[in-house]
Amino acid sequence: MRTLIYLIIGILFGITMFKSEAASWFRIYEMFKFQSFHMYGIIGSALSIGIIMVQLIKRFNVKSFYGEKINFPPKNRSFYRYMIGGIIFGLGWALAGACPGPMFTLIGVGFLPMVIVIIAAILGTYIYGLLQKKLPH
Amino acid sequence: MNWIYEPWPWYISGPMIALILFLLLMVGKNFGMSSNLRTLCTICGADKKVDFFKFDWQTQKWNLIVVIGTIIGGFIASNFLSTDTTVAISQETISDLKNLGFNDAGNAYLPSNLFDLNALTNVKSLIILIVSGLLVGFGTRYAGGCTSGHAISGLSNLQVPSLIAVIGFFIGGIIMIHFLFPLLF
Repeated sequence: MRTLIYLIIGILFGITMFKSEAASWFRIYEMFKFQSFHMYGIIGSALSIGIIMVQLIKRFNVKSFYGEKINFPPKNRSFYRYMIGGIIFGLGWALAGACPGPMFTLIGVGFLPMVIVIIAAILGTYIYGLLQKKLPH
Repeated sequence: MNWIYEPWPWYISGPMIALILFLLLMVGKNFGMSSNLRTLCTICGADKKVDFFKFDWQTQKWNLIVVIGTIIGGFIASNFLSTDTTVAISQETISDLKNLGFNDAGNAYLPSNLFDLNALTNVKSLIILIVSGLLVGFGTRYAGGCTSGHAISGLSNLQVPSLIAVIGFFIGGIIMIHFLFPLLF
């Protein structure tokens, strides 16, 4: 049952990524060129609702569907890892025109070269794992 | 219901993303797609060599199921929920991209010179695909999250680290598109 719920959430997410055009390389280019409001509208409205939602969940101690407490794991305080890692991610996001969610959506659409991007992303993650202790965090 | 078949405007897409965040929180999970890349490393045996990948990947099985759904969602959306998959980017963007040699800008969902099957026989396209993937995979793990984990989940929870990461995402994206694209294409 829970498996089915995760699958449905994933399907909704995949449909949204495709239909919103957030999975389009062209939209990502346009966003970084500041030539359209579209992507900013998507992120901005998702975020505005998200902030209110998280605050309400915390304020009223809303429980999950299974009656458990909803946890928000805090991120570790640091500057370098977020800034340097973020810049490297941004370079890749703009070049691939897709972030890790839409990459998978696009496989379902039938853009098979995206498989290469995903394999390279897995490899990139592995390289991070190898170098983790040597990098400033 | 005809709007379903049209590209979704931002005021439908954004709230849909918030709904997905809500559903994941309500089933006791957190929204973050890039963790799956680490899980896939572990499944491939990376835990035998590198400590970073030593964890019980079964605890992340739910997220892999979300990924499978994401793939199916792309299939459903493109085959059954769309009449025209052309992306109507702005005229300015179209002319900028045509100057860089992306001739199908404004007439396609993705540029064919990177994402058509023929791209796999072109050395330059192949290198771009590989390098972009390496950057995304390395960067997202270094930053501890991607667009879903930082820009949506983290910022919704007003996390300063996520704000730093998102500023980084934009610095990287702007450098790539404004300074590196003219050299690459």
